[in-house]
Amino acid sequence: MSTAAVAGQDQLATPVAPREHYLNVDYGVKSWLFTTDHKRIALLYLASITLFFFLGGFFAVLIRLELMTPPGDLVQSETYNKLFTLHGLIMIFFFLIPSIPAVLGNFLVPMMIGARDLAFPRLNLLSWYIYMLGGLFTLFVAVFGGVDTGWTFYTPYSTTYANSNVMLTAVGVFITGFSSILTGLNFVVTIHTMRAPGLTWFRLPLFLWAHYATSLILILGTPVLAITIVLVALERGLRIGIFDPALGGDPVLFQHLFWFYSHPAVYIMILPAMGVISELVTCFSRKRIFGYGFIASASVAIAILGFLVWGHHMFVSSQSVYAGLVFSILSFLVAIPSAIKVFNWTATLYKGSVSYQTPMLYAFGFIGLFTTGGLTGLFLASLGLDVHVHDTYFVVAHFHYIMVGGAIMGYLGGLHFWWPKMTGRMYPEGWARLAALVIFIGFNLTFFPQFLLGYLGMPRRYHMYPPEFQILNVMSSAGASILGVGYLVPMVYFVWSLRYGAVASANPWQAKGLEWQTSSPPPTENFARTPIVREEAYAYSPLGVKVV
Amino acid sequence: MSETHVTLAHQFDDREQQTEAATLGMWAFLSTEVLFFGGLFTGYAVYRANFPEAFAEGSQHLDILLGGINTAVLISSSLTMALAVHAAQSGRRQTLIAFLLATILLGSVFLGIKVVEYSHKFHDHLVPGPSFQFPGPFARQVQLFYSFYFAMTGMHAVHMIIGVGILAGLISMAWKNRFSAEYYTPVEVTGLYWHFVDIVWIFLFPLLYLLGRH
Repeated sequence: MSTAAVAGQDQLATPVAPREHYLNVDYGVKSWLFTTDHKRIALLYLASITLFFFLGGFFAVLIRLELMTPPGDLVQSETYNKLFTLHGLIMIFFFLIPSIPAVLGNFLVPMMIGARDLAFPRLNLLSWYIYMLGGLFTLFVAVFGGVDTGWTFYTPYSTTYANSNVMLTAVGVFITGFSSILTGLNFVVTIHTMRAPGLTWFRLPLFLWAHYATSLILILGTPVLAITIVLVALERGLRIGIFDPALGGDPVLFQHLFWFYSHPAVYIMILPAMGVISELVTCFSRKRIFGYGFIASASVAIAILGFLVWGHHMFVSSQSVYAGLVFSILSFLVAIPSAIKVFNWTATLYKGSVSYQTPMLYAFGFIGLFTTGGLTGLFLASLGLDVHVHDTYFVVAHFHYIMVGGAIMGYLGGLHFWWPKMTGRMYPEGWARLAALVIFIGFNLTFFPQFLLGYLGMPRRYHMYPPEFQILNVMSSAGASILGVGYLVPMVYFVWSLRYGAVASANPWQAKGLEWQTSSPPPTENFARTPIVREEAYAYSPLGVKVV
Repeated sequence: MSETHVTLAHQFDDREQQTEAATLGMWAFLSTEVLFFGGLFTGYAVYRANFPEAFAEGSQHLDILLGGINTAVLISSSLTMALAVHAAQSGRRQTLIAFLLATILLGSVFLGIKVVEYSHKFHDHLVPGPSFQFPGPFARQVQLFYSFYFAMTGMHAVHMIIGVGILAGLISMAWKNRFSAEYYTPVEVTGLYWHFVDIVWIFLFPLLYLLGRH
């Protein structure tokens, strides 16, 4: 009753933007470039990762164009190698890894715990500058000469034979790694030391558990990538040969070190998206989360198990069969906490008052696509089957289901959900629902045929293929063009909404969580006074509350 | 009184919270450093297990005297660092500056000796690359040993140089009277970092200089 009354008032009064908030305190360029406000830094990240997203997407467009026809008629194989390398590099290191943590996490971690800022605001700004510096190196490489090693830098090709800009790329990735480390470090310390009174660990929103687990991986995984890249650079630049077979060095050791970071990196991309989904599913089904403790500990379990499965990338790289067996079993184990999350989200929907706002559409998309990506991951974790589909389009389809179908769906869902909080404006709901649908259709049309292609034996990373694969490839390219349109539409209406969108109230979704208890957009200090938490997270009452 | 307000950043409620955050931050950072060096140690362990004779052979040509002196120098610098933290705790500004200077001095001695060692290796053609020369059947694997020697001690030296830079910053802060018995967190967390770099050497020295020596 009381909830309905509050909601009624909310609808009657036209929302008015607060007189002063973090966006209008100062309009100068300096006030942005030297800001230490976590909310402004989040927007700096938002602008820069969007740029890299469309750049990475541009390379994907060229790849799909080339693959429309069986012969290599648009680009030479050398150029093609550079295209997929740059696509992978940019999408992974400059879009997916920073996406949710550096934008939504940066904005929300302090707000969700009732703090005024992260523990180290200047380090936070520094992390953006480091990210941009690494990005500049990569942009330079993209324009001058390119790089053709694949985003994986496999030795000895990267250290000895490649004639492209490996050195500068390595420097760029090395530098960017430190921005990840700083972000992770900031989140861990902030969540440990700056929670509002009454906000115990098991009252934390699951978004924060997910970010805590992600931060652990960022802190513990990224330095291993850093040292590995240093060794590659030393070997390429100074001919110090640690991975050089001519000296008795082992190129497979490189793969071990590389995947020790790069497999957990997959969880860096997906865990924050899982955190977003927990927020969306509860809000739009007006239900407490089913199995809070299980979802929270599943995040940590994924982070820990994620460090023990790297060998499944190396089933055919001369790793011993026994090692392969162990890595296979461990990889299957990761499916358990992942499945726990999917089942718990689904159970949360049961008897909830489900509404189909745009963020919820993305949440549904996430659950379906992530499940598909996760289950096909089990195919790849099986030793025997992996020999058949290794390095085929099956693998490409699998990880795009996780990274695009999972991580980007979560990112877009979160961006729509918190857009009113970040900007003080509502996005146009009709257009947004349409775009979500277009993205879902375009995504499946792009990547489902690739499962079939891979299973039929089309290898990845070739610019030519036998004519019998053309139909599926054309379907995939057609899907990619739909997907591209789907991504452009939100870009347009988000920018449009900044000026013309309806003014958002403090809590347009009547959501729980401290971030909704302050104005939209929030003041620089986030809260007029430090909030006190008296209830668990997601204390929703299942009344059908209509949302504006 | 006004000084206490200056040292509390706006995002913290009180100084206790601020100190806790800084300390935890440094520990978290050191855990990334452990993993950073961990990659090198893993590679070293793998190749040492693969080529034990060659690695023992390579280690014969390291200067155990200079290495030993350096170990002593570095441990002494950890002592002066600990004394600096103690001086900061008890608010003795001049003692603090003196011990920080002593730590910088010892760190520089360490780096100086390292330069001497490196130049010896250079003259003996033990630097990996085209000019590397080593008699005997294990030449190529010995080169691998020296790749690790230079990568590991080089990374360690980079950390030392950064440490010396931070210590110089602390001295200038102490000079401007920024620290007191109530507020000395930067000194304390720098101490953590310095001890960590010291401990890395404590592992490097036996692994590179002592193991397999006869």
